[in-house]
Amino acid sequence: MSTATPISSAQSKTDMQQLAADVVERALRAGATEAEVVIREGDEFSTLVRLGQVETLKESGARGIGVRVFLGSSGAHRTANTSTSDFTEAGLDQLVRGAVDLAQVTSQDPFAGLPEQGAMGQLDGNLDLYYEDVYSMPAAERIEYARRAEAAALAADPRLKNSDGGSFDAATGHKVMANSRGFVGEYRRSYCSVAAMPIAQTEQGGMQRDYWFSSARTLGKLASPESIGAEAARRTLRRLNARRVATQRVPIVFAPEIARSLVGNIFEAANGDSIYRGASFWANQLGQQVASSNVTVIDDGTIPGLFGTAPFDGEGLPTRRTVVVENGVLKNYLLNTYTGRKLSMQSTGNASRGLAGTPGIGAGNLFLENRSVSPQQLLADIKVGFYVTELMGFGVNMVTGDYSRGAAGLWIENGELTFAVEEITIAGNLKEMLNNITAIANDLEFRSAVAAPTLRIDGMTIAGA
Amino acid sequence: MTFPEHELHFFQRFGLSGRLIERCLGEALSAGGDFADLYFESIASTSISVDESLVKSASQGVSAGCGIRVCSGDRTGYAYTDDLSAERLMRAARTAALIANGPSKQQMAGFREVPKASLYPISAADADAGIAPKLELVMRTDRAARAYDPRIVQVRAGFNDELRHILIAASDGTFAHDTQPLARLNCYVIARDGEKNSRGGSGGGGRVELNFFEGDKSPEHFAREAARQAILQLNAVPAPAGDMEVVLGPGWPGVLLHEAVGHGLEADFNRKKTSAFTGLIGQKVASSKVTVVDNGTMPSRRGSLNVDDEGSPTQETVLIENGILKGYLSDKLSARLMGMADTGNGRRESYQHIPMPRMTNTYMLSGEDSPEDIVRSVKRGLYAVNFGGGQVDITSGKFVFSASEAYLIEDGKITAPVRDATLIGNGPEALKYVSMVGNDLALDEGIGTCGKDGQSVPVGVGMPTIKLDRMTVGGTGR
Repeated sequence: MSTATPISSAQSKTDMQQLAADVVERALRAGATEAEVVIREGDEFSTLVRLGQVETLKESGARGIGVRVFLGSSGAHRTANTSTSDFTEAGLDQLVRGAVDLAQVTSQDPFAGLPEQGAMGQLDGNLDLYYEDVYSMPAAERIEYARRAEAAALAADPRLKNSDGGSFDAATGHKVMANSRGFVGEYRRSYCSVAAMPIAQTEQGGMQRDYWFSSARTLGKLASPESIGAEAARRTLRRLNARRVATQRVPIVFAPEIARSLVGNIFEAANGDSIYRGASFWANQLGQQVASSNVTVIDDGTIPGLFGTAPFDGEGLPTRRTVVVENGVLKNYLLNTYTGRKLSMQSTGNASRGLAGTPGIGAGNLFLENRSVSPQQLLADIKVGFYVTELMGFGVNMVTGDYSRGAAGLWIENGELTFAVEEITIAGNLKEMLNNITAIANDLEFRSAVAAPTLRIDGMTIAGA
Repeated sequence: MTFPEHELHFFQRFGLSGRLIERCLGEALSAGGDFADLYFESIASTSISVDESLVKSASQGVSAGCGIRVCSGDRTGYAYTDDLSAERLMRAARTAALIANGPSKQQMAGFREVPKASLYPISAADADAGIAPKLELVMRTDRAARAYDPRIVQVRAGFNDELRHILIAASDGTFAHDTQPLARLNCYVIARDGEKNSRGGSGGGGRVELNFFEGDKSPEHFAREAARQAILQLNAVPAPAGDMEVVLGPGWPGVLLHEAVGHGLEADFNRKKTSAFTGLIGQKVASSKVTVVDNGTMPSRRGSLNVDDEGSPTQETVLIENGILKGYLSDKLSARLMGMADTGNGRRESYQHIPMPRMTNTYMLSGEDSPEDIVRSVKRGLYAVNFGGGQVDITSGKFVFSASEAYLIEDGKITAPVRDATLIGNGPEALKYVSMVGNDLALDEGIGTCGKDGQSVPVGVGMPTIKLDRMTVGGTGR
């Protein structure tokens, strides 16, 4: 159902493409040397059912347009950008004039500018990103999805007495981009999800919450509300009667939904924007051993149907597969055009672009590759350890690598998960933690654009009672 | 009432009329809802930044829209539009109306304008002013940070401001409008000394005009503060691990209150009995030295509002008085369902979002101890004066906040700076360990942004120096 529009000037433009191209022209007429226009439209539906009753029902859409202009000759550009939700003649006129005026005050930067002509393009063929069926169910049936997820969770155990609800969300997004070097691209993406958020309570009154969800680009791939509710119940119940443990050093096992946050840290470490500023501990480390030899991290924006897939990046470069870390060796940074030029490298097609602001760096589908052991085998080796199911706070310093976060999870004894643990921290330094990944399991699953299998890190400190 | 149409932004700029507002509310209640409101919002924002001493980017944006809400019992229907034409507004009203299921029963009884304070300048001059004075602020920040020490190798300075016009009309007769400025100057630096790298950050602002940055809170003030932190961190030692005595400095460490008690006292969580503070009104939740308030009426503060996003006047609300839990922060929905007063804390990120109870400026009142005596009383502990963000699990009560500038206290003296560490505690218990409260209440510099259910709103926090006899410090050292 999805299409990635092939780049071809011969093809007739859609209305939105024509509008984007017109605004590029308008910017050039207003005095810009080069210009880039992005139009985004989105629709959203969400419903939350709590204790069997509809609590909220939201349905709407909005659109916006952003323009980025460059002034001056190549090699010394000034740049600025503007955005608006006003698509009237006057609104668009103000949009481009504002950008050109604003650019007058910025500095000449030899690295600024649109991508080189030959670098632009987009993936052909069906990337499996857009399904109209996310909106096909009548409202009553969508509410029923949310209700079923919550009901399944609450039915699982009498200790599940309260709830933050069950939800069903659907959304579609439409993005069009054009620039003065001839790029025109357009794609649509759809999204739907179902979730359950039960609350469990002990007789003494201690409460715990957790949740589980399924998301997909089509209803056909969404897990059943009943399975989501049952899993949410299991996750919530296992947190009951949690206690603190003493301050100590033990092996730490990151469950997949937590291990993915470490892949997020790896993304920040490899982010070209931080690299050229020396704001990442991976600056000047290309070719070096930065992680255990079992660690391979890939960014791939081309995998059909996944959440980080798109036919082109935020500057109109085709997305691609980039090996970030291979067997522990840092192979590539993740770059857009600007950071590539700053580092005398090529963009890796990782530009991200909202309506406002200059392009940043965004991952496609970023993941840590599976190894061969099962999660059970990975745990079996551990006599005493901590299995993390939740991290709290933002205690990660990408300049020094210092890492200190609140944690909750389950205590490991003789290879088995035992009692629940909470109100402790886990701390270390990311540089050392990545080199101390002593085991990686085989349970990688793409539940979102960043994914990882279960993994074990040695040498971290638990702070507790 | 007669609408002062000639004065109002939305009437002038978007052709809105009193008649159209009444038609939309009528349509919103056509399926039997018992409350409806319209929230019109228009924002103009500017952002400019200096990086590597170059003005690498400047941005301006405008957006406008209307969110329409219909409540029926405890159910909420919501729809929004970025097109303020009569046709699209009526369509959004019809969509939101569908939450209810019955015949129209509501009679509009006319509007009354909400009297409001004047807590911040609304000359609107800045948002329309040229970019040049804002550019000068970031250039000065960059220069001052670099001049602080040759080991400062990277500086990023940014200035962001916005002017937000809102108009709220509700079926309960509420009619309110406000113009809300918000400005913030930031400085982030990296220091390098041989193989050692560190970072520092600072910033501030509020609902202020540009002249705010010409006084104490100058670009040089923020630049020096960021540079000082980064240089200090070059020689930081590992933070200790485990339970110990903790002294928190005045001002921004008040983020402790925001996480430990503030969120847990938002009325929606207590109405649903999902907060760890549920049912604790009248009970002791902190040491008797602790009094905590939320106050949306402080002039020029980042978290202040003349009226909240439901058109209700903001106020000072006592949350904890001498250790006893006194009240919750509510919006209209929770106030109605819980039979309590609306405290004017109904806030939303934008017209695309449903309002809910949120904090404004949350702080602890001063006590009687001198900050020096507090530090002197600690044999071995941590003195933390600057923090990054925090987070809380409302239901279990567990909260964290991350220290970005902290020192060891040894035998009553502040000694070595320590590396970043997260502190963790349990909301309904943590403040029971407060044994000393300083006489030096300060509010933060105006940098806080609070996230809840995916919605971000600007907030303030504050605190005097306090001592907690026990808190868990998440370092790696001994």
